Amino acid sequence: MPQTEAQVAAVLVACHELGVPVVARGAGTGLSGGATPHRFGVILSLARFNRVIRVDPLNCLAVVECGVRNLSISEAAAPFGLYYAPDPSSQIACTIGGNIAENSGGVHCLKYGLTLHNVLKLRGFTASGELIEFGSEALDSPGLDLLSIVVGSEGMLAVITEVTVKLIPKPPVARCLLASFADLEAAGNAVAAVIAAGIIPAGLELMDRRMTAAVESFVHAGYDLNAAAILLCESDGTCDEVEEEIGHMGAVLKSCGATRLSVSQDEAERLRFWSGRKNAFPASGRISPDYMCMDSTIPRKRMAEMLRAIEAMELKYDLRCANVFHAGDGNLHPLILFDANDPDQLRRCELFGAEILEASVHLGGTISGEHGVGLEKLNSMCVQFSPLERQQMIAVKRAFDPKEILNPGKVIPTLHRCAEYGKMTVHRGLLPFAELPRF
Amino acid sequence: MQTNLSPEFRGTQQGATAEAILRKCVHCGFCLATCPTYQLLGNELDGPRGRIYLIKQVLEGATVTRSTQQHLDRCLTCRSCETTCPSGVDYGHLIDIGRQVIDERVARPTREKFVRWLLKVGLTSSFFGPAIKLGALLRPMLPKTLQNKVPLPSDIESGSWPTRIHARKVLLLAGCVQPSIRPNINAATARVLDAAGIQSLVAGKAGCCGAIRVHLNDRPGGLNDMRRNIDAWWPTIESNAIDAIIMNASGCGVMVKDYGAALAADASYAKKAARVSALTMDLSELLPDLVSALRTRVIASSQQLMAFHSPCTLQHGQRLLGGVERHLQSLGFKVEVTLSENHQCCGSAGTYSVLEPKIAYQLRDRKLAEIGRLKPRCIISANIGCIQHLQSGTSIPVKHWIEILDQAIV
Repeated sequence: MPQTEAQVAAVLVACHELGVPVVARGAGTGLSGGATPHRFGVILSLARFNRVIRVDPLNCLAVVECGVRNLSISEAAAPFGLYYAPDPSSQIACTIGGNIAENSGGVHCLKYGLTLHNVLKLRGFTASGELIEFGSEALDSPGLDLLSIVVGSEGMLAVITEVTVKLIPKPPVARCLLASFADLEAAGNAVAAVIAAGIIPAGLELMDRRMTAAVESFVHAGYDLNAAAILLCESDGTCDEVEEEIGHMGAVLKSCGATRLSVSQDEAERLRFWSGRKNAFPASGRISPDYMCMDSTIPRKRMAEMLRAIEAMELKYDLRCANVFHAGDGNLHPLILFDANDPDQLRRCELFGAEILEASVHLGGTISGEHGVGLEKLNSMCVQFSPLERQQMIAVKRAFDPKEILNPGKVIPTLHRCAEYGKMTVHRGLLPFAELPRF
Repeated sequence: MQTNLSPEFRGTQQGATAEAILRKCVHCGFCLATCPTYQLLGNELDGPRGRIYLIKQVLEGATVTRSTQQHLDRCLTCRSCETTCPSGVDYGHLIDIGRQVIDERVARPTREKFVRWLLKVGLTSSFFGPAIKLGALLRPMLPKTLQNKVPLPSDIESGSWPTRIHARKVLLLAGCVQPSIRPNINAATARVLDAAGIQSLVAGKAGCCGAIRVHLNDRPGGLNDMRRNIDAWWPTIESNAIDAIIMNASGCGVMVKDYGAALAADASYAKKAARVSALTMDLSELLPDLVSALRTRVIASSQQLMAFHSPCTLQHGQRLLGGVERHLQSLGFKVEVTLSENHQCCGSAGTYSVLEPKIAYQLRDRKLAEIGRLKPRCIISANIGCIQHLQSGTSIPVKHWIEILDQAIV
């Protein structure tokens, strides 16, 4: 648990020399196992790097240590009328360092972008303990854009200790529109229709009935529990802009079959509407002992198709699934509910999850939206990327960390893992993946 | 989360309760954000999620060490994690079980054993009152650490106790340390209630609510405190003479409201305990009645800003948030809470400030710094422990809010 950069460097130098794996860790709120300790490694906890170094309202930026909580940045910027836009649901607890590692999104990233689009500069250490900086306080910096490689690299390329983030002015007005739908498919189609109408809402989220029922008992947000699905659509800007956009969105949603519309009347109500969404994952603990949260993306227009496919999978695996999506950017978070004390349920749950990811790729999407690959989606990487693509990823990793001590065994599957994962059915004497070396 | 209790705990009542709580945790880590010890120390083992894992491992048969015990000791039991937890984990009861199980397996150093015994016996004994009076006189000669715990001679003056008889009656728990350290709190409570037409009865044989012994891991002793209080109150309850049991220390309130759960397995007390818990209210829960009865009789100074520190036992333990400030404001008082960290513990936490002074004083100073930003003339709170602890770090007077109300009645 270092407290200074010199201590971080010293840990890395020692581990590099001894070839000991290092797993950097923030608040441990990640959802793909990225910060899971390595059996033979050390955990480099950065929780004590929790100071906001400076807020620069003139240049609209803040310099913070990596262990500062996401929400603390906006709190520190609030006196200047500024805030940090990416807001993962765990923002109360998750650290900015973890956000960098996972390139986290949040309900407002549809309009304001992911972590990558809101970070200007990073300072940290390489695997061998050398100080390194990426980006600059300007919007662009000379040379290759290595900042974009490091953001979202899941702790495999460097250990970041200091982050310079962009702050943006807090919109004067924000209002949230709640729309109820009698079936999931209509809700899915409404999402595509809103975007197709040329509106980019500040947030556009979907929750199904199972999910709203679970969170309502904790937050009392006033969700329509009779609706098969609800959409939360946010508009922000000046008073006139918001009024016009809310009106426009309302009309589109109505034409798509919304059965009930309600608009937040004040800030307290808006926050209450969102609090249900922000607490959705952990609140599932109220309806099921365990859940597996998936994170894939699909093209928006195929939302309804995907929801139908998930419904079919519920029957196939005999497990319930609650859905909560960043619908606007096509990022799905199906929560598969199961009981980990029943080994067969765990097995079925993992198959269910893998099938959702495969279906997402099949529909033209990806296996990860914002939670990263970590340990969880290692196998599914083989569904998404060819062996050649994966080799290139390994080459990038080795360019930064030749000894592979930073978070080894995560994100990029090694060849033997794919071969192990693939079922070895030899059909008509033809070996699958014949090009792969066997052990 | 997944659980696999060892045969020793499987099928036991303790094991079943702990397992049901553990199963609700989805280890999301939201609790780290509002845990005072994690915020100070940055070690996951000193946060709720880490402690939950430690307890789970012990119940699953892992070796228990002194270090496990210390990580659990460091928890303030402020239960801030419970109001943050979206999945509804009943952490307070889980850590009680964890501490009990670990204390049965790990011996404490002799000095620590002695201090804990002294607190347990000393704070609840009849000698505590005279000792405090003597201490107050000798205060200037005492070392700083003891001075912090001993009131000023002016603090132990109380004023008169009302003698009028009213049809509406409540039982008031005098508490164990409160009558000796700040007797005016009980007297002020009785006077304000009297002014609002409510008579306060104090059962002579009632004493410590049990929290001191329960939190020092003497559960049987704590349960005996509870039974003694139930016996002391029962005749009055049975005769339907009262409509509530009032707690003016939120630390006691949270305990008495839990009597029903604590004595659920005791056939001869379970029903009575449940009734007692159902009748128990924090003094602030009477505020709606007090406000309407006293509105014309209170002259509040709207110039003097007061900072209200909401005790953890009030806002997290009893989930009573905002009531005190709102009602006092409606009577014309100028009351504010800190702009940030209002949810954070002041470090008092019962006997914690004696057992873990380093953390307790760090938290106290952090809380006082937040309060200081409001530049208040007076700090008010709702629990004797917090009042005494905060007062030890500031020259701004720290009082119970009922004392302010008492002074303002004409």
